[in-house]
Amino acid sequence: MTTELTVTRGRGAEPRPPRRDDNDDIGSGKSWRYKLTRLDVKFSPYLYIAPFFVLFAVVGLFPLLYTAYISLFDWELGGDEQPFVGIDNYTELLADSQFWNAMVNTLSIFAMSTLPQIVTAVLLAVLLNTALRGRTGWRMGVLLPYVASLVALTIIFGDLFGVQYGIINDLIEMVGLDRIDWQAERWWSHVAIASMVNWRWTGYNALIVLAAMQAIPRDIYEAAWVDGASKVRQFFSITLPMLRPTLIFVVVTSTIGGLQIFTEPLLFSPSAGVNGGATNQYQTVVLYMYSSGFRSFDLGYASAMAWVLFVVIIAIAGINFMLTRKLASSGEA
Amino acid sequence: MATIADRRAPTGAKRVRKSKGKAGSLSERRPGFVVYGILIAFILGSAFPFYWSFLVASHDDAKFTAETPLLPGGNFFHNAGRVLDSIPFWKALGNSVIVSGTVTVSVVILSTLAGFAFAKLRFKGRGPLMVFVVATLAVPTQLGIIPLYMAMAEFGWSGTLGAVIVPNLVTAFGVFWMRQYIADAVPDELIEAARMDGCSMIRTFWHVCLPAVRPAAAMLGIFTFMMSWNDFLWPLIVLNADNPTMQVALEKLQSGYYVDNSLVLAGTTMATVPILIVFLVLGRQIVAGIMQGAVKG
Repeated sequence: MTTELTVTRGRGAEPRPPRRDDNDDIGSGKSWRYKLTRLDVKFSPYLYIAPFFVLFAVVGLFPLLYTAYISLFDWELGGDEQPFVGIDNYTELLADSQFWNAMVNTLSIFAMSTLPQIVTAVLLAVLLNTALRGRTGWRMGVLLPYVASLVALTIIFGDLFGVQYGIINDLIEMVGLDRIDWQAERWWSHVAIASMVNWRWTGYNALIVLAAMQAIPRDIYEAAWVDGASKVRQFFSITLPMLRPTLIFVVVTSTIGGLQIFTEPLLFSPSAGVNGGATNQYQTVVLYMYSSGFRSFDLGYASAMAWVLFVVIIAIAGINFMLTRKLASSGEA
Repeated sequence: MATIADRRAPTGAKRVRKSKGKAGSLSERRPGFVVYGILIAFILGSAFPFYWSFLVASHDDAKFTAETPLLPGGNFFHNAGRVLDSIPFWKALGNSVIVSGTVTVSVVILSTLAGFAFAKLRFKGRGPLMVFVVATLAVPTQLGIIPLYMAMAEFGWSGTLGAVIVPNLVTAFGVFWMRQYIADAVPDELIEAARMDGCSMIRTFWHVCLPAVRPAAAMLGIFTFMMSWNDFLWPLIVLNADNPTMQVALEKLQSGYYVDNSLVLAGTTMATVPILIVFLVLGRQIVAGIMQGAVKG
């Protein structure tokens, strides 16, 4: 760009005065350099933000809208023609018991993972917020699960929860209880899958909550201490309300991610694959969508499913947003 | 979101150190062994699956049908060799490095550029456009994979690494993250000065903005790399078994007819070790990045 401007050839951050023989021409208003600078100032910002907007339009927004379009057709992958069927895919979907089964599974796994996870994360953050020796080491320790590859860990967890030889069943038997069929039993399989999600995200969320805790001004606690408020009282009347924006953030992001859960149910058991178990006992909506679209090649139907899930996600994220706002503020006196 | 940013206080590190002076006053007393005990238990639980993976991978598969050994055996390299025979491991590793590396470089550059524009340049529609960027964070774009797949097939891109790279070249998270950082880290006066001296926009960006944002750009790079490395659903759809990324290759390893746990977990161990090394080296930065992001975001 603009080769005539010779500023700071070096790699330093501080701009040095340019070597220019004529200082007036930029302000002269008529010269081509002035015009060029004007154009630069006017259009550069748009140029810089354009990549994001173009890419989002092409690979984000357009596919979502086109999904809605496809959902109105009987669209087979590789098929010769795609007849328009209106809302048939949707009516079929709403009458499809496998879809409702998948929806219930998704919500069940989501509920089992979100609530315990956030409660544990807040408690963990309280522990991490004490004056620990070797702070960073502890923080890294709780973050360990977050960095591991999801695919690898799901496979490992599948092994841990193995029915016959899994170590978790060994432990359960050791304390005198019956072995659990983590794969065949619907709710137990949800517990197993939710525990993978919890294992992976609790430490990460604890760090986010911890950061927010440390941003709470200390004088508030000092004032409460002077007034004789107990530690527990301080937690519920100061810490929790002050964490509200962070908790909302954590809940909403885990809603958006959690309802699209796919990898864990797909890889939980090697034999079950896209069916999510012999009787679809842990098949989630995205898994069913993947199965319809890329195994049965029924793209129209899968697209209808994507849109229904889209609406559900937005609705639940909205509800959670309002719920968290209410709950976290109820402690405010 | 912005409300949190407004209440930013000095970093935790400073305050904890300060409190050492007035020991025993408030919440920052030295914790007892109970706290350490709970944390140790938690971290052992976090680390256990990794250990288990290596444990199974270092034994003969038949061992586990009889009893569960608790110490590693000597079979790991044998199992690792079988992994190399079963899946194109090195190719998958190379592909993952290429994909994640390209995505990381691109996300960092394009996000910083956009973040710079949003934080420091004045242009029409800046406010609404930034709100739009933040709003897209909440859009589950993963649900648009069906048309995306059709488009890739149409262009003849399915099966190529480009199909995995291109959709991720810049992210809303990256733009938002860099904007937040640049707004604080780069003084307006410095930019004004560069402009007065006749720097073009791109030169101002290059010489004034970039040197100041290196820490944030490095963190964005680490996160982007990890996210890209772990991406699974889309690569699974668009790539095939002979040109996979690491995650897709692992899935193929597991979904065989006869499942050999020592083999499969040798694969997961081999795929996990590089990440663990990265974590040991950069863990401090990752922790700091998450905590900074939490307060800013």
